Amino acid sequence: MSDSAVDRAPSGSAGTDAIRRLSGAPIAVEIRGASKRYPNGLRALEPLDLQVREGEFATLVGPSGCGKSTLLRMVAGLLAPSTGGITLWPADAVVPDQRLKGNARAPQRLAFVFQSATLMPWASVEHNVRLPLDLARIPERDAVQRVAAALALVGLDEFPESLPRELSGGMQMRVSIARALVTEPRLLLLDEPFGALDEITRNRLDRDVRDLWAQRSLTVLFVTHSIYEAVFLSTRIIVMSARPGRIAGEMTIDEPHPRTDEFRTSDRFVHWCAQLSQLLVTSAGAAA
Amino acid sequence: MIRNWPRLLAPTGVGLGFLLLWETLVHAFNVPFYIVPSPLLVMHTLVQDAPLLFGSLLVTLRITALALLLSVTVGVLVAFLFVQSRVIEMSLFPYAVLLQVTPIVAIAPLIIIWVKDPLASLVICATIVAIFPVISNTTLGLRSVDPGLLDLFRLYGAGRWQTLARLRVPSALPYFFAGLRVASGLALIGAVVAEFVAGTGGTASGLAYQILLSGLQLNIPRLFAALLLITLAGVALFLLVSLIAHLTLRRWHESELRPED
Repeated sequence: MSDSAVDRAPSGSAGTDAIRRLSGAPIAVEIRGASKRYPNGLRALEPLDLQVREGEFATLVGPSGCGKSTLLRMVAGLLAPSTGGITLWPADAVVPDQRLKGNARAPQRLAFVFQSATLMPWASVEHNVRLPLDLARIPERDAVQRVAAALALVGLDEFPESLPRELSGGMQMRVSIARALVTEPRLLLLDEPFGALDEITRNRLDRDVRDLWAQRSLTVLFVTHSIYEAVFLSTRIIVMSARPGRIAGEMTIDEPHPRTDEFRTSDRFVHWCAQLSQLLVTSAGAAA
Repeated sequence: MIRNWPRLLAPTGVGLGFLLLWETLVHAFNVPFYIVPSPLLVMHTLVQDAPLLFGSLLVTLRITALALLLSVTVGVLVAFLFVQSRVIEMSLFPYAVLLQVTPIVAIAPLIIIWVKDPLASLVICATIVAIFPVISNTTLGLRSVDPGLLDLFRLYGAGRWQTLARLRVPSALPYFFAGLRVASGLALIGAVVAEFVAGTGGTASGLAYQILLSGLQLNIPRLFAALLLITLAGVALFLLVSLIAHLTLRRWHESELRPED
């Protein structure tokens, strides 16, 4: 890396091709003027537009209260927008709310990983991961195979009988990820999934998510506080600002995939982080 | 195990010391047995009157068990109903409270008059006493669900029944058992009180009836022996329910985990 890299954004790398390919991909999430205002008058989110294309790793970054989790919950259909609308795969027109009412035409194509592992404390790892399949009444034999595959994917195939409390925080989070993957979703929503974990575990799980995204050609919408996490994983970062929540800026991380640990310690990585940090500061200043 | 010794020995020691003091005082002051019988006399009476007293114990236990069964069945069904809709809960919960605060002694005579079958009337009285903790604890438990898990169930399109069976019921188990522990004692108390009120109008064979009759006949040793049986039955019932709770929850719930786990 040359010293001049400090003064301008890194550019012109093998990553550019991948970005160009993504821009032609079909849209996975289309948000049109969606806003959220709570009954007590709190404006959680100003009307905003956002498109996420298939195969993207899009990350929402911003301070607490900027509405990034609210936005993610609206995409999942757990929360209805006050105005505007959200369509998943507009080409097939799947509206999140319809899907929740058990619309038979819309298969299970999205999965959500919460801030905490959110496991059933009374059920074994295997039964926790099987839950989405059981709820969809997938036949037992098929379900058992898919659970085994999902557990192997997150490296927990040796612990199917364990109870959640017998596992470490990082392992519990892996169970949560296995449960999200067991339905073979096309869209994965992650809401600050590793915020409560130590740095080393967090980095390891970040690498896992990176691999899963690449291997399974997932579309990922990721929410995080961490600048480093965002830069390491994302193809695109959407910066949000608080009070009221809105999109303050966007940056494309034009770096090749798969990203390695060398990238994490490179000057380019530091530079991306500095740039993102700057964007966060200016957007916070503009809001104040 | 050795660390548990004081937990067993200490209360046993206190009990034995108390009985020894009692025995000594009764003899020292020449208290007549129809005022306060000595512990040894009570034991002797218990053995002597065993066929009569244990027969009565079975009658009382039968009422208690039926009342507990009815409380659990009806109480859990009512709790299921309550969590289906806030309107139903708001409409009916005050009446559940009313049932709880009305003294059973006051309404037992009415029930005994209205219900022809003496056993059924006593079971109903005991159920009225025991059902409230089952309803309130189970309702609380069915509502105390991890909101994240509730979101997860919604996300995967779980129906009302799937959510109830797979999420609400397991979450409610610790609360249910806490309620059941209270209810088991109350069912026994309810059975005894109802027998007392019913007097000769009841089944005329339960332990309360024996206590009533012994009091009238100034057969105080037998009264004490009957009292002892009721107390022991209550403790045994409590231990049984605690054991069932322990076996059900020991693997995952905080309340049944040992600190070193």
